[in-house]
Amino acid sequence: MGYMYVDGMKVKIEGEKNILEVIRKAGIEMPTFCYYSELSTYGACRMCVVENERGGIDAACSTLPRDGMKIKTNTPALQKHRKMILELLLSTHCRDCTTCSKNGSCRLQELALRFGVKQVRFENNRPEKEKDTSSKSIVRDPNKCILCGDCVRVCQEKQGLGIIDFAHRGSKLQVMPAFDMKLCDTDCVNCGQCAAVCPTGAITVKDETEKMWDYLADPTKRVVVQIAPAVRVALGDEFGVEHGENVLGKTVKALKMMGVDSVFDTVLSADLTVLEEANEFVERVKNGGTFPMYTSCCPAWIKYAENKHPELINNNISSCKSPMQMFGSVIKKWHEDSGDERELVSVAIMPCTAKKYEVSRPEFTENGKRIIELSLTTQELATMIRGAGIQFDELESEYLDAPFDMGGSGAGVIFGVTGGVAEAVIRQCSDDKSSGAIKEIKFIGVRGKEEIKEATIQALGREFKICVVHGLANAEKIIQATQSGEAYYDLIEVMACPEGCIGGAGQPFAISPERDKRAKGLYHTDERIQIKFSDKNPSVGYIYDEIVKGNSHEMFHVHYGK
Amino acid sequence: MEQNFDFKAVDSILEFYGNEQKNLITILQCVQADHRYLPREILEYIAEKMGISLAKIYSVATFYENFSLDPKGKYVIKICDGTACHVRKSIPILEKVRETLGVTAEKPTTSDMMFTVETVSCLGACGLAPVMTINDKVYPAMTPEKAVELLNAVREEDNE
Repeated sequence: MGYMYVDGMKVKIEGEKNILEVIRKAGIEMPTFCYYSELSTYGACRMCVVENERGGIDAACSTLPRDGMKIKTNTPALQKHRKMILELLLSTHCRDCTTCSKNGSCRLQELALRFGVKQVRFENNRPEKEKDTSSKSIVRDPNKCILCGDCVRVCQEKQGLGIIDFAHRGSKLQVMPAFDMKLCDTDCVNCGQCAAVCPTGAITVKDETEKMWDYLADPTKRVVVQIAPAVRVALGDEFGVEHGENVLGKTVKALKMMGVDSVFDTVLSADLTVLEEANEFVERVKNGGTFPMYTSCCPAWIKYAENKHPELINNNISSCKSPMQMFGSVIKKWHEDSGDERELVSVAIMPCTAKKYEVSRPEFTENGKRIIELSLTTQELATMIRGAGIQFDELESEYLDAPFDMGGSGAGVIFGVTGGVAEAVIRQCSDDKSSGAIKEIKFIGVRGKEEIKEATIQALGREFKICVVHGLANAEKIIQATQSGEAYYDLIEVMACPEGCIGGAGQPFAISPERDKRAKGLYHTDERIQIKFSDKNPSVGYIYDEIVKGNSHEMFHVHYGK
Repeated sequence: MEQNFDFKAVDSILEFYGNEQKNLITILQCVQADHRYLPREILEYIAEKMGISLAKIYSVATFYENFSLDPKGKYVIKICDGTACHVRKSIPILEKVRETLGVTAEKPTTSDMMFTVETVSCLGACGLAPVMTINDKVYPAMTPEKAVELLNAVREEDNE
């Protein structure tokens, strides 16, 4: 492939799709707003400009590497150019940085600081536009949009939805849903990936931390928290902990310090999901039920199916509630039986923005009260920990609370990564339960970050075909393939976010390789937990015997469309 | 206002252009030719049929000045305000026409849906300046007075 010269340094070209990747490989952090390696190249922000041999200026993101190419990344002309872009962007951008929810993590703020923009010479004469707070998960503030189009591309390319796009032109250009509809009136599935990639505060995740503080301060409330699998390997990112390190113990400690009454682990209810879903699968096999069976844990996927494929709802899609809602039912029953007179406030810490929508669904509301009162994202928890002044990285670990202090099995932990739900269900259904067999399942093809994976397993005396996808655009491909008869699968796992929940929009933002470390962290945890099978988890037995008492259908299954 | 749209006509447009995404602009032009604007219901129908997101279609429809999302009157009057027409006093014509019909830049269509008044940047007929068109028929060397006469003539013709 040859070599190129970046600021005089000789750098090998190894199949990079543009010189931006080569420059970053050489250790120079090129500034960008509109570039994500996982999305198509747009070339709008012009921050990644470089100077070529003839003194011409090229955008690094849209220039192919060539053998012998010589470029400079930091000349006075480029510095001036970048500063001018920033100044122009800021000229129509609202400047209330101190009260912006993106304060401290805004790319515009970061680059303005990095390139020393000390003043903006232009007056902002753009009329103030209305904020859209209609969504349960996402807040859209058009005044802070820099038109990089990241949200437009992630929604179209990864989720296949295209809820928002550019509208109008020239100085009136804006990113908005069709006909400037409110987000709640569109087919938005609340996955939040638009907010995850937004470099500024134009699209952010709804902040509900104040509600949580109010609950914690109220002595008449019993605040019970559950923590999702993917949270433990991502929260540390916000506090300088090694990427992908499991910080569950510290998280429990931090929650207790903030005044939470009991902390439980959603991994345990993932075990319940494994059992219920495996049972359902076996039942379908025995009774000739509908195939393919789709997993039902991801609320964005459920909403997508409701909008685009209602034929799958309450039919192909498993009737299992998400692990979060299963634990919600368990916690509710446990609280009622405990005789505690305080009012229960059930809170979930999730990697997910769509869970904020899920908790509000009528199916998960009883007598006007939500089963889970509040779903906070990993980032909201980080905000609370910082607000409380807790030195997270220095915390000692603390155990989960009784009676669910055993936590979950290894099968439940891997729910947080793409392929995990399928792997856990396969483990449960597989004929061979030896430790050798578990190791074999690792390699059948459900692990890894490929967007569409296929695997074949032996169970119940025959062969089954499994498919694992992440990204709703990929899910659509599989639905089309199965419905047209082009492909056949028995079980299909769908997760909306990249690489599953570890790449959820509620997590601290990460792309590979950081995101891959989260997957490793979960698999590593699975390896260290002695209990590998959901049905071997003693807490699961306790829940079925002491809490569920034969009501599993009512507590763990749901019929959508209430 | 029209309420029930002829989706069969839309189907035949889509069929003619092979339902292909690259033909979106042409398809929108055909729809606009039938309805004099792009009704939201039809855009939603096209989005569904063509597998293009509604936001993308809205994006295209709002990008081009020639597409209108608002219903237009039976007679679309275009007053040229290109350089040649402007220096030959097109603005007084525009003002007079707007005043006569009771419309503004923000509300360009009369309440009875008879007339829509627009400006265009150049009709390419500078030798005939100042120019005005009514449903694409060109009227050269206009004055405010001649414009009002023309409007009256159109009204009378329509009544017959």
